[in-house]
Amino acid sequence: MDEILDGLTQIDCDILVIGGGTAGPMAALKAKKKNPGANVVLLDKANVKRSGAISMGMDGLNNSVIPGYATPEQYTKEITIANDGIVDQKPVYRYAEECYGIIKELDSFGIRFQKDQNGEYDVKKVHHIGTYVLPMPNGDTVKKALYRQLRKARISVVNRYMATRLLTGEGRVAGAVCVNTRTAEFLVIRAKAVIMGLGAAGRLGLPTSGYLYGTYENPSNSGEGYAMAYHAGAGLANLECYQINPLIKDYNGPACAYVAGPMGGYTSNAQGERFIECDYWSGQMMQEFYDELQSGKGPVFLKLNHLAEETVAEIEKVLHIVERPTRGHFHAGRGTDYRKQMIEMHISEIGFCSGHSASGVFVDEHARTTIPGLYAAGDMANVPHNYMLGAFTHGAFAGEDAADFMGEVDFAEFDLADVEAERARVLAPTKRDDGIPPNQIEYKTRRLVNDYLQPPKVTAKMELAQKRFAEVREDMEQGMHVRDAHELMRSLEAASILDCADMAAAASLYRTESRWGLYHNRVEYARDDENWFCHTLLTKGADGRPAHEKREVQPYVVDIAEDEKDAYYKQRVDASVAAE
Amino acid sequence: MPLAQTATSVPVTIDDAKCIADKGCTVCVDVCPLDVLRIKELADGTKTAYMKYDECWYCMPCEADCPTGAVTVTIPYLLK
Repeated sequence: MDEILDGLTQIDCDILVIGGGTAGPMAALKAKKKNPGANVVLLDKANVKRSGAISMGMDGLNNSVIPGYATPEQYTKEITIANDGIVDQKPVYRYAEECYGIIKELDSFGIRFQKDQNGEYDVKKVHHIGTYVLPMPNGDTVKKALYRQLRKARISVVNRYMATRLLTGEGRVAGAVCVNTRTAEFLVIRAKAVIMGLGAAGRLGLPTSGYLYGTYENPSNSGEGYAMAYHAGAGLANLECYQINPLIKDYNGPACAYVAGPMGGYTSNAQGERFIECDYWSGQMMQEFYDELQSGKGPVFLKLNHLAEETVAEIEKVLHIVERPTRGHFHAGRGTDYRKQMIEMHISEIGFCSGHSASGVFVDEHARTTIPGLYAAGDMANVPHNYMLGAFTHGAFAGEDAADFMGEVDFAEFDLADVEAERARVLAPTKRDDGIPPNQIEYKTRRLVNDYLQPPKVTAKMELAQKRFAEVREDMEQGMHVRDAHELMRSLEAASILDCADMAAAASLYRTESRWGLYHNRVEYARDDENWFCHTLLTKGADGRPAHEKREVQPYVVDIAEDEKDAYYKQRVDASVAAE
Repeated sequence: MPLAQTATSVPVTIDDAKCIADKGCTVCVDVCPLDVLRIKELADGTKTAYMKYDECWYCMPCEADCPTGAVTVTIPYLLK
């Protein structure tokens, strides 16, 4: 295994789904359900059984809109306010209307959600305004349940193939070029529609530990979706709105205030004082978190040591089994007992991820990108604060729409020279006798991301970043060297990471205002609604560099009253309250 | 630029006595999202899984899915 082989195969399918994590499997299932005759291929560079952000499971739904607890209007309003108004409400509203149906469907797959004594969903309040958090006591079974459904529906699963570039022709999508991660053999897949669910750009910034894979996101989510969409000519929205998350310092996994919050846990400073009113993530909440870290009252902790034994035990049971189960090992290694000590927190490296933030490949309420036949869903599409249920629900929208689209078209013609050019690009690092290994290209890129792109953002620093990135790109294109097929996969990831770093710098420089709290805190500029109450759309320009345009925010479906707009800016606990 | 060999400690360890790679099992290799595990031959000719690439998210499918409990995931040294 891992030996580099020469080979190229071509296959055809009606719908190609790239990414077998969360959105991808649901898209494949829904496409097949709508059009049982369709040939649906689900491709993953890992193994669909355990791939993606929810590889080990998920501890709850963070954004369920369940009748009796919340309404689509209320949810749409909350998400709009939490994102400083820069939201196309249609995809959010459609999600809010249809996600309950998806919950019931997941329930029928055997994924259980917490219910109260009356058999009603036991929804908790974590957000500033509404009530949307639904715990999943057996959330560790999600991937297994999904896999069973894929087998039942006879979806063709192709594991250990990594898509490297999309093929286009006749003004629409035509398929994808893929490479085997263990043999370097090529697979060209022609498809009438392509659905991308490739996850976050989770390996963009470097974690403070310096360990390349010690990221907040699953590090196999290295930003290929963004890079492929960019090179195919699709638009990407608001990339300057980074993802930055609160986390357990060094472990870099979620602290899970959403789990602990409803049971009485909270985020505190070193004095054990609450400093934010609400633990739900938004740019402004992250700014308050950052300010506290920088102040004399830092660092910041998750506080559970005031809770009763039974409560702590229950929190432990969830946090040490579901989602990131090595968390228990980590605390044990440091002698941290939730009953006695507070848990040190920090903020994550930067990334792109609409699951928690708002940027990504631009899509509408049908999960359509700006390229006909090409769809995106989940963490890589730009629907804000999507979380796991958003990935499932928008994945469903993509699958259903693609099933219709494929019925109306035949395969688009593409230029064979594009395949040859892509083979040459991919294999270049295998043709050299020595050179720079991918891990050094990646480390340097990500170290520069931390040095120059992390907020607070400074123009001169971001311009320096662009200069350094260009030098790394030259080194990568002329001197990167790999020894086996596994390293070849890493070299392709390094290229996607560098593309994402370039896009992050370019998008951040374009929006000359501050917005979304810490996510786009440009110290030289204040918020400027007159000029920047709009999306920014990044595409690949004619010169091969990022090009930018403004795009209007679509008229709201749900009106926001003037006195509601700033709800998410009232985050800091009033000094007189904190003193009590 | 010639390459050097720099040592690194790895977070995933396999108990060779429990590992049944010799019987054809590759479960841990199959489920790893980062694809860092491989099978190797030991001095006595039997086979076992091992961590070939130090690229671990300490996520645990390898340990959770191993049919014989041969796999242990620890926290990588740099962050533990």
